[in-house]
Amino acid sequence: MRYVRDSAALARKDVLLELRAKETLPSMLLFVVAAFTIFHFALPRGTGDVAARGLLWSALVFTALLGLTRAFVAEREQSMFDALVLAPCDRSAIWLGKTIAVLAFLAAAEVVALPAFAAFFHGLDARTVAAVALADVGIASVGTLFGAMAVAGRARELLLPLLFLPAAVPIVVGGVGRYLWFLALYDAIFVVLSWAMFEYVVAEA
Amino acid sequence: MKLPVLTTGVLGAAVALIFFYAPTDSDQGFSQRIFYFHVPIALTSYACFGWGAWKALRYLRTRDERADLESYVAIHQGVIFGALTLITGSLWAKASWGVWWTWSENQLVLFLVLFLFYCAYFMLRYSVEPGPARANMSAVYALFGVVLIPVSFLAIRLSQRFIHPVVFTSHGPQMTGAQFFTFCVALAAMLLLFATLYTVELTGKRLDAHVRELRDLLGRRLDGAPQGAAQVPALPAADRGSS
Repeated sequence: MRYVRDSAALARKDVLLELRAKETLPSMLLFVVAAFTIFHFALPRGTGDVAARGLLWSALVFTALLGLTRAFVAEREQSMFDALVLAPCDRSAIWLGKTIAVLAFLAAAEVVALPAFAAFFHGLDARTVAAVALADVGIASVGTLFGAMAVAGRARELLLPLLFLPAAVPIVVGGVGRYLWFLALYDAIFVVLSWAMFEYVVAEA
Repeated sequence: MKLPVLTTGVLGAAVALIFFYAPTDSDQGFSQRIFYFHVPIALTSYACFGWGAWKALRYLRTRDERADLESYVAIHQGVIFGALTLITGSLWAKASWGVWWTWSENQLVLFLVLFLFYCAYFMLRYSVEPGPARANMSAVYALFGVVLIPVSFLAIRLSQRFIHPVVFTSHGPQMTGAQFFTFCVALAAMLLLFATLYTVELTGKRLDAHVRELRDLLGRRLDGAPQGAAQVPALPAADRGSS
């Protein structure tokens, strides 16, 4: 119970910070709409449904990446990591809190992005929405783990896409093919793995 | 010093078998012989990544710095063998299909993804200051990698269904006895090559670290800090003699 409370408090802190500063979410929204516009001109006329779905998934992955690079900025700039690690809570609760916050931002961005996609390209169906929801869980959990690694390095923003994109290939495959079972499998494996591993990433930070 | 000799012997035997013993493929002709390089190299690369992850797990459990270095060296070798897999695969594709790259070849695509993933390992490692934090992160990333291999493989198999209308079905190891024997020798040779390179690189890295340590000690001694000099531990006799 205490674990849940700690995670919720940490997630609430991130959402509050975002509500006050309004930095990440507006840029994610602008980015995803701009990406759709670019893709509209990049896609030849008369291409099929699968091609348009491919665009949706590339836009979503890059938008998520944009949000993830911002995820640990506050911790880094204010050297909050030390304080978080010293706090009397389980370290994986830090991961859970951050993942929930990232998931909330992603969902908020997609509330705009998915209707925009439906309006610009083909319509959406329930299966695609379900796939997006499942993929978000995987993106947020893996992205949070790698985000915490990337901020420890000198390269920072440069490093996260390099770490994250190869790991996101299965998500894009599962998303474009709409293999819900595969996305659920990915989530199950990598949520557990990221949750278990996060402790080591921040332990000596 | 037995390992390099053994490796050279088996590697020579493998090359001789590949070119003079293995029967020429009736379908693909001489170019099929690259199979005996390509597939063993690919399998060795998996072995490297697996070994690296095993050492990473060892590091996380024991906090032994040597395991961190061993994990790094194994992954370094894995990336080299992975690059060789991409090159030999690409050559084979050119010889038998006339194209340098084909997305319908699962193994090649998987290696591209893995190659990108493990190249990022070096970016991560070299962007963090050396120390326990870096060792932890490298270990976590290496473990993540071995879990990603089967997941990516499954994903790439699935992707063939919507990228290509026909599912790519592999037709099993339909090899004759002579082909299979050559293949096994080639695989053994590649694994031995990995073991040798691994040992050589590891020895080099350890020597580097040792020299740096000695230089630090010497620097401190020459600085002549009075309280520092007292803290400098006496060097073991073996070190003075050999290096």
